[in-house]
Amino acid sequence: MAKNWPLARRKKALQQRARILQGIRQFFIEKGYLEVETPHRIPTPAPESHIDAIPSDTWFLHTSPELCMKRMMAAGYEKIFQICQCWRERERGSLHLPEFTLLEWYRAGGDYHSLMEECGGLIRFVGRTIGLGQKLIFRGHEIDLSEPWERISVKEAFRCYSKISVAKALEQNLFDEIMVQDVEPKLGVAKPTFIYDYPAMRGALARLKQEDQTVAERFELYIGGLELANGFSELVDSEEQRRRFQLENRNRQSIGKCTYSMPDKFLDELDSMPPSAGIALGVDRLVMVFLNAEAIDEVVAFTPEEL
Amino acid sequence: MYTASDLRKGLKVIIDEEPYIVTAFEFSKPGKGQALYRTKLRNMITGLTIDRTYREGETFDPASLEERAMQFLYKEGDHYHFMDNQNFEQIIISEESLGDAKNFLIDNLNVEVLLFRDRAIGVELPNFVNLRVIKTETWVRGDTSKADFKPATLETGYVLRVPPFIEEGELITIDTRTGEFSKRVKE
Repeated sequence: MAKNWPLARRKKALQQRARILQGIRQFFIEKGYLEVETPHRIPTPAPESHIDAIPSDTWFLHTSPELCMKRMMAAGYEKIFQICQCWRERERGSLHLPEFTLLEWYRAGGDYHSLMEECGGLIRFVGRTIGLGQKLIFRGHEIDLSEPWERISVKEAFRCYSKISVAKALEQNLFDEIMVQDVEPKLGVAKPTFIYDYPAMRGALARLKQEDQTVAERFELYIGGLELANGFSELVDSEEQRRRFQLENRNRQSIGKCTYSMPDKFLDELDSMPPSAGIALGVDRLVMVFLNAEAIDEVVAFTPEEL
Repeated sequence: MYTASDLRKGLKVIIDEEPYIVTAFEFSKPGKGQALYRTKLRNMITGLTIDRTYREGETFDPASLEERAMQFLYKEGDHYHFMDNQNFEQIIISEESLGDAKNFLIDNLNVEVLLFRDRAIGVELPNFVNLRVIKTETWVRGDTSKADFKPATLETGYVLRVPPFIEEGELITIDTRTGEFSKRVKE
Protein backbone atom coordinates (compact mmCIF):
# COMPACT_ATOMS: atom_id res chain seq x y z
CA MET A 1 0.00 0.00 0.00
CA ALA A 2 1.38 3.40 -0.99
CA LYS A 3 2.48 5.65 1.83
CA ASN A 4 0.31 8.49 0.51
CA TRP A 5 -2.82 6.35 0.28
CA PRO A 6 -5.27 9.28 0.12
CA LEU A 7 -3.53 10.26 -3.13
CA ALA A 8 -3.30 6.67 -4.34
CA ARG A 9 -7.02 6.11 -3.92
CA ARG A 10 -7.84 9.20 -6.00
CA LYS A 11 -6.43 7.54 -9.10
CA LYS A 12 -9.82 6.58 -10.57
CA ALA A 13 -11.13 10.10 -10.01
CA LEU A 14 -8.08 11.67 -11.63
CA GLN A 15 -8.34 9.33 -14.64
CA GLN A 16 -11.97 10.42 -15.07
CA ARG A 17 -10.91 14.03 -14.64
CA ALA A 18 -8.45 13.65 -17.53
CA ARG A 19 -11.19 12.20 -19.76
CA ILE A 20 -13.49 15.10 -18.85
CA LEU A 21 -10.78 17.62 -19.80
CA GLN A 22 -10.26 15.82 -23.11
CA GLY A 23 -14.02 15.84 -23.72
CA ILE A 24 -14.18 19.60 -23.10
CA ARG A 25 -11.35 20.24 -25.58
CA GLN A 26 -12.93 17.99 -28.19
CA PHE A 27 -16.27 19.82 -27.90
CA PHE A 28 -14.73 23.23 -28.51
CA ILE A 29 -12.38 22.09 -31.26
CA GLU A 30 -15.30 20.50 -33.14
CA LYS A 31 -17.24 23.75 -32.77
CA GLY A 32 -14.43 25.77 -34.33
CA TYR A 33 -13.17 27.46 -31.13
CA LEU A 34 -9.53 28.44 -30.78
CA GLU A 35 -7.79 27.28 -27.61
CA VAL A 36 -5.82 30.18 -26.12
CA GLU A 37 -3.46 30.72 -23.20
CA THR A 38 -3.14 34.07 -21.43
CA PRO A 39 -0.74 35.00 -18.61
CA HIS A 40 -1.63 33.82 -15.11
CA ARG A 41 0.26 36.70 -13.55
CA ILE A 42 -1.21 40.11 -14.38
CA PRO A 43 -0.65 43.74 -13.28
CA THR A 44 -4.18 44.19 -11.89
CA PRO A 45 -7.34 42.10 -11.57
CA ALA A 46 -10.81 43.38 -12.48
CA PRO A 47 -12.06 45.30 -9.41
CA GLU A 48 -15.01 43.32 -8.04
CA SER A 49 -16.47 43.74 -4.55
CA HIS A 50 -16.05 40.20 -3.30
CA ILE A 51 -13.22 38.69 -5.36
CA ASP A 52 -9.74 39.02 -3.86
CA ALA A 53 -6.58 38.37 -5.85
CA ILE A 54 -3.41 36.84 -4.42
CA PRO A 55 -0.48 39.26 -4.81
CA SER A 56 2.56 38.03 -6.71
CA ASP A 57 5.44 40.47 -6.27
CA THR A 58 3.88 43.82 -7.25
CA TRP A 59 1.42 42.09 -9.61
CA PHE A 60 -1.35 39.54 -8.97
CA LEU A 61 -2.24 35.97 -9.86
CA HIS A 62 -5.33 36.24 -12.05
CA THR A 63 -8.72 35.44 -10.51
CA SER A 64 -9.99 34.53 -13.98
CA PRO A 65 -8.62 35.02 -17.51
CA GLU A 66 -11.50 37.40 -18.29
CA LEU A 67 -9.61 40.65 -18.99
CA CYS A 68 -6.99 39.12 -21.31
CA MET A 69 -9.53 36.99 -23.16
CA LYS A 70 -11.74 40.01 -23.77
CA ARG A 71 -8.74 41.90 -25.14
CA MET A 72 -8.34 39.02 -27.60
CA MET A 73 -12.02 39.29 -28.54
CA ALA A 74 -11.53 43.02 -29.11
CA ALA A 75 -8.58 42.19 -31.38
CA GLY A 76 -10.71 39.99 -33.64
CA TYR A 77 -10.51 36.50 -32.07
CA GLU A 78 -14.20 35.62 -32.28
CA LYS A 79 -14.51 32.18 -30.69
CA ILE A 80 -11.98 31.34 -28.00
CA PHE A 81 -11.71 29.04 -24.99
CA GLN A 82 -9.18 28.51 -22.24
CA ILE A 83 -8.69 25.99 -19.45
CA CYS A 84 -6.40 27.35 -16.74
CA GLN A 85 -5.62 27.59 -13.04
CA CYS A 86 -6.99 30.65 -11.22
CA TRP A 87 -6.40 31.91 -7.70
CA ARG A 88 -8.72 33.59 -5.21
CA GLU A 89 -7.55 34.58 -1.79
CA ARG A 90 -9.05 32.93 1.33
CA GLU A 91 -11.46 30.74 -0.63
CA ARG A 92 -11.32 27.33 0.98
CA GLY A 93 -14.12 24.95 1.86
CA SER A 94 -15.52 21.66 0.65
CA LEU A 95 -16.50 23.42 -2.61
CA HIS A 96 -13.60 25.88 -2.88
CA LEU A 97 -9.87 25.79 -3.43
CA PRO A 98 -7.75 28.95 -3.46
CA GLU A 99 -6.17 27.51 -6.66
CA PHE A 100 -8.73 25.95 -8.94
CA THR A 101 -9.29 25.15 -12.61
CA LEU A 102 -11.53 27.35 -14.69
CA LEU A 103 -12.87 26.84 -18.20
CA GLU A 104 -13.73 30.13 -19.82
CA TRP A 105 -15.11 30.70 -23.30
CA TYR A 106 -16.34 33.62 -25.37
CA ARG A 107 -18.16 33.92 -28.65
CA ALA A 108 -18.95 36.96 -30.74
CA GLY A 109 -22.57 37.49 -31.70
CA GLY A 110 -24.17 35.46 -28.95
CA ASP A 111 -26.15 36.57 -25.92
CA TYR A 112 -26.68 34.91 -22.56
CA HIS A 113 -29.61 32.77 -23.69
CA SER A 114 -27.68 31.29 -26.63
CA LEU A 115 -24.81 30.69 -24.22
CA MET A 116 -27.09 28.67 -21.90
CA GLU A 117 -27.85 26.42 -24.89
CA GLU A 118 -24.18 25.95 -25.65
CA CYS A 119 -23.30 25.32 -22.00
CA GLY A 120 -25.94 22.59 -21.82
CA GLY A 121 -24.59 21.14 -25.06
CA LEU A 122 -21.07 21.01 -23.63
CA ILE A 123 -22.09 19.20 -20.46
CA ARG A 124 -24.20 16.64 -22.31
CA PHE A 125 -21.33 16.08 -24.78
CA VAL A 126 -18.79 15.56 -22.00
CA GLY A 127 -21.22 13.23 -20.24
CA ARG A 128 -21.46 11.10 -23.38
CA THR A 129 -17.68 10.98 -23.87
CA ILE A 130 -17.25 9.49 -20.39
CA GLY A 131 -20.01 6.97 -21.07
CA LEU A 132 -22.77 8.54 -18.99
CA GLY A 133 -26.44 8.07 -19.96
CA GLN A 134 -29.25 10.63 -19.71
CA LYS A 135 -29.16 10.59 -15.92
CA LEU A 136 -26.64 11.26 -13.22
CA ILE A 137 -26.71 10.84 -9.47
CA PHE A 138 -25.31 13.73 -7.47
CA ARG A 139 -25.76 14.56 -3.80
CA GLY A 140 -28.58 12.03 -3.56
CA HIS A 141 -30.53 13.55 -6.47
CA GLU A 142 -31.28 11.71 -9.70
CA ILE A 143 -30.75 14.43 -12.27
CA ASP A 144 -32.16 14.14 -15.78
CA LEU A 145 -29.78 15.65 -18.34
CA SER A 146 -32.17 15.49 -21.31
CA GLU A 147 -33.24 18.74 -22.97
CA PRO A 148 -34.74 21.19 -22.18
CA TRP A 149 -33.07 22.26 -18.93
CA GLU A 150 -34.90 24.38 -16.41
CA ARG A 151 -34.65 28.18 -16.71
CA ILE A 152 -35.83 30.41 -13.87
CA SER A 153 -35.24 34.10 -13.25
CA VAL A 154 -33.78 35.25 -9.93
CA LYS A 155 -37.07 37.04 -9.25
CA GLU A 156 -39.14 33.87 -9.78
CA ALA A 157 -36.69 31.77 -7.76
CA PHE A 158 -37.04 34.09 -4.76
CA ARG A 159 -40.81 34.03 -5.19
CA CYS A 160 -40.82 30.22 -5.15
CA TYR A 161 -38.17 29.39 -2.56
CA SER A 162 -37.70 32.39 -0.28
CA LYS A 163 -39.99 34.01 2.28
CA ILE A 164 -39.19 37.48 0.94
CA SER A 165 -38.92 38.97 -2.54
CA VAL A 166 -35.61 39.68 -4.22
CA ALA A 167 -36.26 43.42 -3.83
CA LYS A 168 -36.78 43.02 -0.07
CA ALA A 169 -33.72 40.78 0.20
CA LEU A 170 -31.55 43.43 -1.46
CA GLU A 171 -33.07 46.18 0.68
CA GLN A 172 -32.33 44.23 3.88
CA ASN A 173 -28.88 43.23 2.63
CA LEU A 174 -29.75 39.53 2.88
CA PHE A 175 -29.48 38.51 -0.78
CA ASP A 176 -26.45 36.25 -0.36
CA GLU A 177 -27.71 34.57 2.83
CA ILE A 178 -31.09 33.74 1.27
CA MET A 179 -29.42 32.60 -1.92
CA VAL A 180 -27.22 30.16 -0.01
CA GLN A 181 -29.74 28.91 2.56
CA ASP A 182 -33.06 28.87 0.71
CA VAL A 183 -32.57 29.16 -3.04
CA GLU A 184 -29.41 27.26 -4.03
CA PRO A 185 -30.45 23.92 -2.46
CA LYS A 186 -33.58 23.93 -4.72
CA LEU A 187 -31.74 24.56 -7.98
CA GLY A 188 -30.88 21.78 -10.41
CA VAL A 189 -32.28 18.91 -8.37
CA ALA A 190 -34.51 17.29 -11.01
CA LYS A 191 -32.86 18.82 -14.07
CA PRO A 192 -29.92 21.21 -14.35
CA THR A 193 -31.15 24.76 -13.76
CA PHE A 194 -30.12 28.06 -15.28
CA ILE A 195 -31.01 30.93 -12.96
CA TYR A 196 -30.85 34.26 -14.80
CA ASP A 197 -31.39 38.03 -14.68
CA TYR A 198 -29.35 38.90 -11.60
CA PRO A 199 -29.70 42.25 -9.81
CA ALA A 200 -27.65 44.82 -11.78
CA MET A 201 -25.21 45.30 -8.90
CA ARG A 202 -24.28 41.61 -9.05
CA GLY A 203 -22.76 41.66 -12.52
CA ALA A 204 -19.91 44.15 -12.73
CA LEU A 205 -18.94 43.11 -16.26
CA ALA A 206 -22.36 42.16 -17.62
CA ARG A 207 -24.68 44.07 -19.94
CA LEU A 208 -27.91 45.38 -18.43
CA LYS A 209 -31.16 44.08 -19.83
CA GLN A 210 -32.66 46.56 -22.25
CA GLU A 211 -36.28 46.10 -21.09
CA ASP A 212 -35.37 46.18 -17.39
CA GLN A 213 -32.27 48.10 -16.34
CA THR A 214 -32.49 46.79 -12.76
CA VAL A 215 -31.13 43.44 -13.87
CA ALA A 216 -28.02 42.27 -15.71
CA GLU A 217 -28.08 39.66 -18.49
CA ARG A 218 -26.25 37.20 -16.33
CA PHE A 219 -26.92 33.57 -15.41
CA GLU A 220 -25.57 30.80 -13.26
CA LEU A 221 -25.85 27.06 -13.87
CA TYR A 222 -26.71 24.80 -10.92
CA ILE A 223 -26.69 21.02 -10.80
CA GLY A 224 -27.82 19.35 -7.57
CA GLY A 225 -27.67 22.68 -5.75
CA LEU A 226 -24.05 23.21 -6.76
CA GLU A 227 -23.11 26.36 -8.67
CA LEU A 228 -21.12 25.35 -11.73
CA ALA A 229 -20.90 28.25 -14.16
CA ASN A 230 -21.45 31.97 -14.45
CA GLY A 231 -22.14 33.55 -17.84
CA PHE A 232 -23.35 36.79 -19.29
CA SER A 233 -23.91 39.04 -22.26
CA GLU A 234 -20.76 41.11 -22.14
CA LEU A 235 -20.70 44.80 -21.39
CA VAL A 236 -18.71 46.37 -24.27
CA ASP A 237 -19.07 50.05 -23.32
CA SER A 238 -15.75 51.15 -21.86
CA GLU A 239 -17.05 54.29 -20.12
CA GLU A 240 -19.81 52.34 -18.42
CA GLN A 241 -17.29 49.63 -17.51
CA ARG A 242 -14.94 52.17 -15.94
CA ARG A 243 -17.79 53.60 -13.84
CA ARG A 244 -18.73 50.09 -12.69
CA PHE A 245 -15.13 49.31 -11.69
CA GLN A 246 -14.94 52.58 -9.75
CA LEU A 247 -18.18 51.67 -7.97
CA GLU A 248 -16.83 48.21 -7.16
CA ASN A 249 -13.66 49.79 -5.76
CA ARG A 250 -15.73 52.11 -3.57
CA ASN A 251 -17.65 49.06 -2.30
CA ARG A 252 -14.36 47.34 -1.56
CA GLN A 253 -13.15 50.35 0.35
CA SER A 254 -16.36 50.55 2.41
CA ILE A 255 -15.97 46.93 3.57
CA GLY A 256 -12.31 47.44 4.43
CA LYS A 257 -10.75 45.73 1.41
CA CYS A 258 -7.89 47.01 -0.75
CA THR A 259 -8.78 48.68 -4.03
CA TYR A 260 -7.29 47.68 -7.40
CA SER A 261 -5.94 50.00 -10.06
CA MET A 262 -7.90 50.42 -13.28
CA PRO A 263 -7.06 47.85 -15.96
CA ASP A 264 -6.47 50.67 -18.45
CA LYS A 265 -5.36 48.66 -21.50
CA PHE A 266 -8.45 46.47 -21.18
CA LEU A 267 -10.68 49.55 -20.87
CA ASP A 268 -8.99 51.27 -23.82
CA GLU A 269 -9.63 48.30 -26.09
CA LEU A 270 -13.09 47.24 -24.83
CA ASP A 271 -15.01 49.44 -27.30
CA SER A 272 -13.62 47.35 -30.18
CA MET A 273 -15.11 44.18 -28.72
CA PRO A 274 -18.12 42.96 -30.73
CA PRO A 275 -21.36 42.13 -28.86
CA SER A 276 -20.44 38.84 -27.23
CA ALA A 277 -21.30 36.37 -24.53
CA GLY A 278 -18.83 34.73 -22.21
CA ILE A 279 -18.87 32.18 -19.43
CA ALA A 280 -16.65 30.69 -16.75
CA LEU A 281 -17.21 27.12 -15.59
CA GLY A 282 -15.53 25.51 -12.58
CA VAL A 283 -13.86 22.40 -13.96
CA ASP A 284 -13.21 20.85 -10.52
CA ARG A 285 -16.89 21.17 -9.71
CA LEU A 286 -17.93 19.67 -13.06
CA VAL A 287 -15.75 16.67 -12.20
CA MET A 288 -17.43 16.52 -8.77
CA VAL A 289 -20.86 16.38 -10.42
CA PHE A 290 -19.88 13.60 -12.84
CA LEU A 291 -18.17 11.59 -10.09
CA ASN A 292 -20.77 12.27 -7.39
CA ALA A 293 -18.00 13.63 -5.15
CA GLU A 294 -18.87 15.29 -1.84
CA ALA A 295 -15.81 17.50 -1.63
CA ILE A 296 -13.60 19.26 -4.14
CA ASP A 297 -10.63 17.59 -2.40
CA GLU A 298 -11.63 14.26 -3.98
CA VAL A 299 -11.11 15.46 -7.57
CA VAL A 300 -7.68 17.13 -7.42
CA ALA A 301 -4.27 15.53 -6.97
CA PHE A 302 -3.25 17.84 -4.13
CA THR A 303 -5.09 20.28 -1.89
CA PRO A 304 -3.04 23.16 -0.43
CA GLU A 305 -3.01 21.38 2.95
CA GLU A 306 -1.39 18.32 1.36
CA LEU A 307 1.54 20.20 -0.12
CA MET B 1 -9.60 37.99 18.50
CA TYR B 2 -10.68 35.75 15.62
CA THR B 3 -12.34 36.85 12.40
CA ALA B 4 -14.83 34.81 10.37
CA SER B 5 -12.12 33.55 8.03
CA ASP B 6 -10.41 31.85 11.01
CA LEU B 7 -13.50 29.69 11.60
CA ARG B 8 -12.82 26.01 11.24
CA LYS B 9 -13.86 22.76 12.88
CA GLY B 10 -12.64 22.67 16.47
CA LEU B 11 -12.25 26.43 17.00
CA LYS B 12 -13.54 27.63 20.38
CA VAL B 13 -15.23 31.00 20.62
CA ILE B 14 -17.34 32.97 23.09
CA ILE B 15 -20.93 33.70 22.04
CA ASP B 16 -23.27 35.40 24.53
CA GLU B 17 -20.75 34.82 27.34
CA GLU B 18 -20.64 31.04 26.81
CA PRO B 19 -17.97 28.88 25.21
CA TYR B 20 -18.85 27.26 21.88
CA ILE B 21 -16.91 24.89 19.67
CA VAL B 22 -17.32 24.81 15.89
CA THR B 23 -18.54 21.31 14.98
CA ALA B 24 -19.34 21.82 11.31
CA PHE B 25 -18.15 24.47 8.96
CA GLU B 26 -19.02 25.31 5.37
CA PHE B 27 -17.52 28.09 3.32
CA SER B 28 -20.06 29.48 0.84
CA LYS B 29 -19.75 32.15 -1.77
CA PRO B 30 -22.75 32.47 -4.07
CA GLY B 31 -21.64 33.71 -7.53
CA LYS B 32 -20.12 37.20 -7.29
CA GLY B 33 -21.52 37.46 -3.76
CA GLN B 34 -19.80 37.78 -0.43
CA ALA B 35 -18.08 35.01 1.50
CA LEU B 36 -20.37 33.38 4.04
CA TYR B 37 -19.22 31.10 6.81
CA ARG B 38 -21.98 28.71 7.77
CA THR B 39 -21.32 26.97 11.04
CA LYS B 40 -22.78 24.58 13.53
CA LEU B 41 -21.61 25.46 17.01
CA ARG B 42 -21.92 23.30 20.09
CA ASN B 43 -22.34 24.99 23.42
CA MET B 44 -19.54 23.44 25.46
CA ILE B 45 -21.57 23.57 28.66
CA THR B 46 -25.06 22.48 27.60
CA GLY B 47 -24.03 20.39 24.58
CA LEU B 48 -26.75 22.06 22.49
CA THR B 49 -25.94 22.86 18.87
CA ILE B 50 -26.88 26.06 17.07
CA ASP B 51 -26.63 27.11 13.40
CA ARG B 52 -25.06 30.47 12.65
CA THR B 53 -23.97 32.16 9.44
CA TYR B 54 -21.21 34.76 9.60
CA ARG B 55 -19.88 37.23 7.06
CA GLU B 56 -16.32 38.00 6.23
CA GLY B 57 -14.84 40.41 8.76
CA GLU B 58 -17.07 39.47 11.73
CA THR B 59 -15.06 38.97 14.90
CA PHE B 60 -15.10 36.63 17.90
CA ASP B 61 -13.37 36.39 21.24
CA PRO B 62 -11.56 33.11 21.73
CA ALA B 63 -12.97 30.94 24.53
CA SER B 64 -10.00 30.68 26.86
CA LEU B 65 -10.18 27.41 28.66
CA GLU B 66 -7.93 26.08 31.38
CA GLU B 67 -6.45 22.67 30.62
CA ARG B 68 -5.55 20.13 33.31
CA ALA B 69 -3.78 16.82 32.70
CA MET B 70 -6.02 13.98 33.78
CA GLN B 71 -6.48 10.29 33.23
CA PHE B 72 -9.70 8.65 32.08
CA LEU B 73 -10.69 6.04 34.69
CA TYR B 74 -14.03 4.48 33.72
CA LYS B 75 -17.50 5.05 32.42
CA GLU B 76 -20.68 4.63 34.44
CA GLY B 77 -23.91 5.15 32.48
CA ASP B 78 -23.38 8.50 30.78
CA HIS B 79 -20.95 9.66 33.46
CA TYR B 80 -17.26 9.59 32.61
CA HIS B 81 -14.83 9.57 35.55
CA PHE B 82 -11.43 11.25 35.35
CA MET B 83 -8.56 11.72 37.81
CA ASP B 84 -6.38 14.80 38.10
CA ASN B 85 -2.75 13.71 37.64
CA GLN B 86 -1.51 16.40 40.05
CA ASN B 87 -3.78 16.17 43.10
CA PHE B 88 -5.49 12.80 42.36
CA GLU B 89 -8.95 14.40 42.72
CA GLN B 90 -11.69 12.71 40.73
CA ILE B 91 -14.18 14.52 38.55
CA ILE B 92 -17.17 13.50 36.42
CA ILE B 93 -17.97 14.76 32.93
CA SER B 94 -21.28 14.00 31.21
CA GLU B 95 -21.43 12.21 27.87
CA GLU B 96 -23.18 15.27 26.43
CA SER B 97 -20.25 17.55 27.27
CA LEU B 98 -17.73 15.05 25.86
CA GLY B 99 -19.23 15.10 22.36
CA ASP B 100 -17.23 13.06 19.85
CA ALA B 101 -14.38 12.54 22.33
CA LYS B 102 -16.35 9.68 23.88
CA ASN B 103 -15.59 7.61 20.78
CA PHE B 104 -11.90 7.56 21.59
CA LEU B 105 -11.77 7.21 25.39
CA ILE B 106 -10.14 4.01 26.57
CA ASP B 107 -9.25 3.28 30.20
CA ASN B 108 -6.10 5.01 31.45
CA LEU B 109 -5.91 7.38 28.46
CA ASN B 110 -4.18 10.64 29.35
CA VAL B 111 -6.20 13.67 28.28
CA GLU B 112 -6.40 17.37 28.94
CA VAL B 113 -9.62 18.24 30.74
CA LEU B 114 -11.01 21.61 29.74
CA LEU B 115 -12.27 23.98 32.39
CA PHE B 116 -14.26 27.08 31.63
CA ARG B 117 -14.42 29.37 34.64
CA ASP B 118 -13.49 26.42 36.91
CA ARG B 119 -16.08 24.07 35.49
CA ALA B 120 -15.08 20.85 33.65
CA ILE B 121 -16.77 20.99 30.30
CA GLY B 122 -14.91 18.61 28.04
CA VAL B 123 -11.63 16.95 27.14
CA GLU B 124 -8.85 17.50 24.67
CA LEU B 125 -7.57 14.21 23.29
CA PRO B 126 -4.14 13.33 21.99
CA ASN B 127 -4.16 13.78 18.19
CA PHE B 128 -3.72 10.05 17.72
CA VAL B 129 -5.09 7.17 19.76
CA ASN B 130 -4.81 3.42 19.25
CA LEU B 131 -8.02 1.42 19.39
CA ARG B 132 -8.84 -2.20 18.66
CA VAL B 133 -11.17 -3.29 15.86
CA ILE B 134 -13.80 -5.60 17.36
CA LYS B 135 -15.91 -6.11 14.25
CA THR B 136 -15.31 -5.89 10.50
CA GLU B 137 -15.88 -8.02 7.43
CA THR B 138 -13.00 -10.10 6.12
CA TRP B 139 -11.50 -9.10 2.84
CA VAL B 140 -10.77 -11.53 0.05
CA ARG B 141 -7.30 -10.67 -1.19
CA GLY B 142 -7.28 -9.69 -4.84
CA ASP B 143 -10.99 -8.88 -4.87
CA THR B 144 -11.09 -5.50 -6.55
CA SER B 145 -14.85 -5.42 -7.02
CA LYS B 146 -15.33 -4.15 -3.46
CA ALA B 147 -15.13 -0.51 -2.46
CA ASP B 148 -11.91 1.14 -1.27
CA PHE B 149 -13.21 1.16 2.30
CA LYS B 150 -15.27 -1.00 4.59
CA PRO B 151 -16.90 -0.23 7.96
CA ALA B 152 -15.26 -1.34 11.20
CA THR B 153 -16.47 -1.15 14.81
CA LEU B 154 -13.99 -0.23 17.53
CA GLU B 155 -13.90 -1.26 21.19
CA THR B 156 -15.59 2.04 22.14
CA GLY B 157 -18.50 1.28 19.82
CA TYR B 158 -17.34 3.87 17.30
CA VAL B 159 -17.81 2.89 13.66
CA LEU B 160 -15.49 4.21 10.97
CA ARG B 161 -14.23 3.42 7.47
CA VAL B 162 -10.99 1.47 7.16
CA PRO B 163 -8.99 0.12 4.22
CA PRO B 164 -10.03 -3.42 3.25
CA PHE B 165 -6.85 -5.11 4.55
CA ILE B 166 -7.66 -4.33 8.21
CA GLU B 167 -8.85 -7.41 10.12
CA GLU B 168 -10.85 -8.06 13.27
CA GLY B 169 -8.75 -7.86 16.44
CA GLU B 170 -6.16 -5.51 14.93
CA LEU B 171 -5.02 -2.37 16.65
CA ILE B 172 -5.31 0.79 14.52
CA THR B 173 -4.43 4.44 14.96
CA ILE B 174 -7.22 7.00 14.68
CA ASP B 175 -6.75 10.72 14.08
CA THR B 176 -9.04 12.12 16.77
CA ARG B 177 -9.28 15.49 15.02
CA THR B 178 -11.02 13.98 12.00
CA GLY B 179 -12.23 10.67 13.45
CA GLU B 180 -10.62 8.91 10.50
CA PHE B 181 -8.37 5.89 10.15
CA SER B 182 -4.72 6.85 10.15
CA LYS B 183 -2.63 3.66 10.15
CA ARG B 184 -2.39 0.06 11.27
CA VAL B 185 -0.34 -0.57 14.45
CA LYS B 186 2.31 -3.27 14.18
CA GLU B 187 2.17 -5.36 17.39
